[in-house]
Amino acid sequence: MKKGFKIIVLAKQVPDTHNVGKDAMKEDGTMNRAALPAIINPEDLNALEQALRIKDQYPETQITVLTMGLPKAVEVLKEGLYRGVDKGILLTDRKLGGSDTLATSYAIAQAIKTVGDYDMVLCGRQAIDGDTAQVGPQAAEKLGIPQITYAEEIQEITESSITVKRRLESGVEVVKAPFPVLVTVHGSAAACRTRNAKFYMKNKNDESNIITWGAADINVEDEKVGKAGSPTTVKKIDAVVLQAKESKKLTSSDQDVDTLIKDLLSNHILG
Amino acid sequence: MNNLFVYCETEQGVVADVSLELLSKGRKLANTLGCQLEAIVVDYNLYNIGKQIYKYGVDVIHVADDRKLAPYQTLPTQKIICDIIKQEQPQIILFGASSVGRDLAPRVASALRCGLTADCTSLEIGDYEDKKTVKEDNGELRTIVTPYKDLLYQIRPAFGGNIIATILNLQARPQMATVREGVMKKEVYDENYKGVIKPFDWKKSVTDLDFVVEIISRQIEKSKINLKAAPVIVAGGYGVGSKENFQLLHELADVLGGEVGASRAAVDAGFTEHERQIGQTGVTVRPKLYIACGISGQVQHRAGMQESAIIVSINTDENAPINAIADYVVIGDVAEVLPKMIKYYKANSK
Ligand SMILES: Cc1cc2nc3c(=O)[nH]c(=O)nc-3n(C[C@H](O)[C@H](O)[C@H](O)COP(=O)(O)OP(=O)(O)OC[C@H]3O[C@@H](n4cnc5c(N)ncnc54)[C@H](O)[C@@H]3O)c2cc1C
Ligand SMILES: Cc1cc2nc3c(=O)[nH]c(=O)nc-3n(C[C@H](O)[C@H](O)[C@H](O)COP(=O)(O)OP(=O)(O)OC[C@H]3O[C@@H](n4cnc5c(N)ncnc54)[C@H](O)[C@@H]3O)c2cc1C
Repeated sequence: MKKGFKIIVLAKQVPDTHNVGKDAMKEDGTMNRAALPAIINPEDLNALEQALRIKDQYPETQITVLTMGLPKAVEVLKEGLYRGVDKGILLTDRKLGGSDTLATSYAIAQAIKTVGDYDMVLCGRQAIDGDTAQVGPQAAEKLGIPQITYAEEIQEITESSITVKRRLESGVEVVKAPFPVLVTVHGSAAACRTRNAKFYMKNKNDESNIITWGAADINVEDEKVGKAGSPTTVKKIDAVVLQAKESKKLTSSDQDVDTLIKDLLSNHILG
Repeated sequence: MNNLFVYCETEQGVVADVSLELLSKGRKLANTLGCQLEAIVVDYNLYNIGKQIYKYGVDVIHVADDRKLAPYQTLPTQKIICDIIKQEQPQIILFGASSVGRDLAPRVASALRCGLTADCTSLEIGDYEDKKTVKEDNGELRTIVTPYKDLLYQIRPAFGGNIIATILNLQARPQMATVREGVMKKEVYDENYKGVIKPFDWKKSVTDLDFVVEIISRQIEKSKINLKAAPVIVAGGYGVGSKENFQLLHELADVLGGEVGASRAAVDAGFTEHERQIGQTGVTVRPKLYIACGISGQVQHRAGMQESAIIVSINTDENAPINAIADYVVIGDVAEVLPKMIKYYKANSK
């Protein structure tokens, strides 16, 4: 039996969508990430935990966290290192800005190919900002490997395969896939552990386990990334506003509730 | 002819509701575009597929029917759909934003290098002028305008429901989008509508390697709770206070012939089961009557219920955001108002 696996975890830095202000969008419809508090995408933490559990069991496992974003997305890599990850890769380049999911998954796949050797790629099911859940399956397609989406639990891992319980809308499915494979992890999977004091002390002021790559390092074709490489165009963005209706105000008195019911009945809302 | 396609998801040969909803919407869009509506189905034992879907106005059904293709597996289905698209050149293809659709559509889009818009809440046809500013050799700026006709406007919430974006796919074809179950209305177009079946020679598209992911076991439960079909929904939020109080909602729903729904906060608090959650990360509903009990009405909740015909809000807080979209606002305690509603409904309805 192998003593370890090679795992790449994809993690995205996202604006905390609980706290979205007016200045979150730029004129051209792209996000102004700088204006929002940044966190690790929640389901990416679930993915990270799955990787760390494999490493708990097979200590020679090598985990690399890969993030694409602004230079400050390095924070995501740090959080990984504080929890026991071996290496972080920051993919950052102006050329990659404005990418839709197709261009994003292409760049990520190129970065993974540059890393080279891996057994599995683990990522979150969905990011809370773009909200598409497309990057995982698209990266798998670009890498030419199978995918297992909505993983809730890794049930078995052998030298050459992984068995995963998937959480579907209407039930569960258990599937087995050979390596290499890409797995998207569902929010119902185990929560991520907290930082570990030892790893924190070791990595706090040490950048030696972090690599920064630009577009040139991963061999991308310019016309396949950024806005140019994105088939989707954002035509417009509207902030959600409440449109107040003319509403009838009632109290909880017997008379008012009686009126409400009579109103609904006479308008055939209730039969 | 560049037609409009819908991928029809099936479970044991039965077409999913979300696909029927997409066919209904697809028929309308196809009429606007003056093109045909075609469906793709990949499963086993599809002998009554025509009977199930022609009436939604389907002109052509592309069928890959084989024991090996059921139940749904990503890779073979992706290969088949890609080859049908290459052969038929549709201008638009729609997928359900379901467990299956969201596993499949991105993979298809990536293989075809097409744009894909996730989780649309509205689809329309419209024109667009793309403006690009370029710098001439002499340093002057010039604007190039490229007009596009009859594009699919793909309208979707993002950023946790705080914004609504309209997304276009200008050049790559087909234009691809996913739509959540319950967002579009299921409507029979013509009971007697007849199309044709085109069997697809799937063995040319799929190799043994596409079956590397092995399904070990599967438990698909048919949900007993059918929120989408309920004409009346009595939905409870955190303000309902307890699991016991939720029983009051069930009593009211029973007498009104409705179903019980919930906000996420009520589900998280353990008052009721997750399948009842309404909103962005739950079900989208549009009943005739929506009674919101102790629900504040955050944007993520409203996203799943704001198209209800009539909204009643029962809330102790006069300023709860939900009240702004309610037709009737009852200021009061849920535990006091609900028993009265049951009482007066029984008294007034004969
Ligand atoms: C309002 C709005 C709407 C949009 N709608 C669409 C749309 O409909 N279609 C479309 O193609 N694009 C769309 N985009 C662009 C899209 O949000 C970006 O391409 C984004 O970078 C990736 O998509 P996502 O956030 O949806 O990620 P998801 O696909 O939801 O992410 C899934 C997982 O992939 C991994 N991952 C994703 N991005 C990264 C990253 N940068 N670094 C590391 N790991 C990552 C993470 O593990 C994540 O959990 C939209 C953008 C905006 C602002
Ligand atoms: C990414 C994301 C996705 C989400 N998806 C969803 C989703 O799909 N669905 C969803 O619902 N939420 C969703 N949420 C959560 C949402 O933001 C709100 O937190 C949630 O809807 C609040 O639920 P609530 O109205 O029941 O609770 P609260 O906001 O706590 O409101 C309780 C209400 O009850 C009233 N009240 C208190 N006591 C009484 C009483 N005795 N009688 C009458 N009224 C009383 C209060 O005045 C208040 O208005 C999502 C959030 C995020 C970030």
